[in-house]
Amino acid sequence: MSARPVRDVPMWVRACAAAGLAAQIGWAALQPHPSATAEDLPQPPSPGVARLLALGEPVAAAKLAMLYLQAFDYQAGTRVPYRKLDYDALIGWLDVILGLDPAGQYPLMAAARTYADVPDPVRSRKMLEFVYRAYFADPNRRWPWLAHAAIIAKHELKDLPLALRFADALEKNTTTPSAPLWVRQMVPFILADMGELEQARILIGGLIASGQVRDARDAEMLQRRLEMIEKRLADQSSKPSKPSPQGAPERSLKQP
Amino acid sequence: MSIFPIARITLLEAARSRLPWLIGLVLLASLAVAGFLQQVALIEVREVQGAIIAALLRACAVFFVVLFVVTSMVREANDKFLELALSQPLPRAGYLLGKFLGFAAVAGVTAVALGLPLLLFASAARVSAWTLSLFGELLIMAAVSLFCVLTLSHVVAALSAVAGFYLLARSIAALQIIARPSEENIALGPRIADWIAHGIALAMPRLDRMTQSAWLTDSGSVVVHDLTSAAAQTAIYVALILAAALFDLYRQEI
Repeated sequence: MSARPVRDVPMWVRACAAAGLAAQIGWAALQPHPSATAEDLPQPPSPGVARLLALGEPVAAAKLAMLYLQAFDYQAGTRVPYRKLDYDALIGWLDVILGLDPAGQYPLMAAARTYADVPDPVRSRKMLEFVYRAYFADPNRRWPWLAHAAIIAKHELKDLPLALRFADALEKNTTTPSAPLWVRQMVPFILADMGELEQARILIGGLIASGQVRDARDAEMLQRRLEMIEKRLADQSSKPSKPSPQGAPERSLKQP
Repeated sequence: MSIFPIARITLLEAARSRLPWLIGLVLLASLAVAGFLQQVALIEVREVQGAIIAALLRACAVFFVVLFVVTSMVREANDKFLELALSQPLPRAGYLLGKFLGFAAVAGVTAVALGLPLLLFASAARVSAWTLSLFGELLIMAAVSLFCVLTLSHVVAALSAVAGFYLLARSIAALQIIARPSEENIALGPRIADWIAHGIALAMPRLDRMTQSAWLTDSGSVVVHDLTSAAAQTAIYVALILAAALFDLYRQEI
């Protein structure tokens, strides 16, 4: 269809269009800026409802829900991030998103690296426990996040029993060759940090003897560690009255 | 020839196009869904029923009105009714406003009919507010459909454009939130995405703030401000889109 020139449009129509556009832009500019504050985080839908709302596209819905979720309190720029976020609701959301897309790594990455890494031990522990629970559903895919959780438990929370529980789960359940050796070697190191030197010595010695450690540098590092533990054990036996060290752990693990 | 006969013909067409039957079927289906929800909901049964049925009815209402506007205009174009109408002493603006008046009446009847079953789950005041807001939303969608079909002329193209517009208008606030970078993030990419989202938002009606199911369930919420805001948004946006449609209609060689 051919178009007539603009001058054929009556002036009042042109004025109405311009005025309408100006009014719309002015009105929209006056509206409050949409933002997601931590207090606005609603309770998550049940897994069934979430699947229904996904309209047969659970993976896409999971990705979208994750983007939606991370907007809450993300912009705050506060010294204590996520301090107002309801962590129970947050974990519920992450659970629902994992249910929609079990192969997705985003929720556990966010849980372990963002939501657990906060200067609030209660919130951090909640998130670490969520990562721990979720790990068992797919250990060979989700081990990086539990390994990160173990590192946070050990170095940030200084909670060695918690780190040991995570490390123990990693050792017993992670079987994929893609997981580096240190992931399955954490237990003796944490035991050593806890003062359980005899146990640590047996485990490291067993690991070296088993021939599982093929990398020369890993083997050398384990050997050094074994020698250190044996030296500490020898020191302890020469001074039997001295209590076993329970202090701050060393950073002996290679970071992922 | 005034605009009222055009509006009357449009309303008559809606009555004869089995739209009332369709609305009746939707009402029956909504009651069936309400019965189902009553069986499965453990607590807050009325709230669950009200919220879910309101969301379904809102989507159905928009779908019916948009479909009717687009198919009606395309049928008239195919039947050369527009040429016939403009051969009468009727300006193009009169024809367009007459059509819109007819569509507005259809929107009003649809909003009232689909708002009625909600009286089973919420108070009359809340249902009235919801219905009025739905009417505003339908007016906006009728105007947008009219503009799209006049500009694009074909059913598929017009319906696709209207559907895209509706989805964008319902989700633009969420997109703005997602696009907003953190205060520490000074990278240009996220900033540009934020500006684009804001630019789009300036030209879109905030349909996400209209006709909310929460109005039917939230016992403490005050909806007067929301209603006046919805009314203002409707008036501004309908005026803008009708002016744009008129602009386009006056430029067409008919």
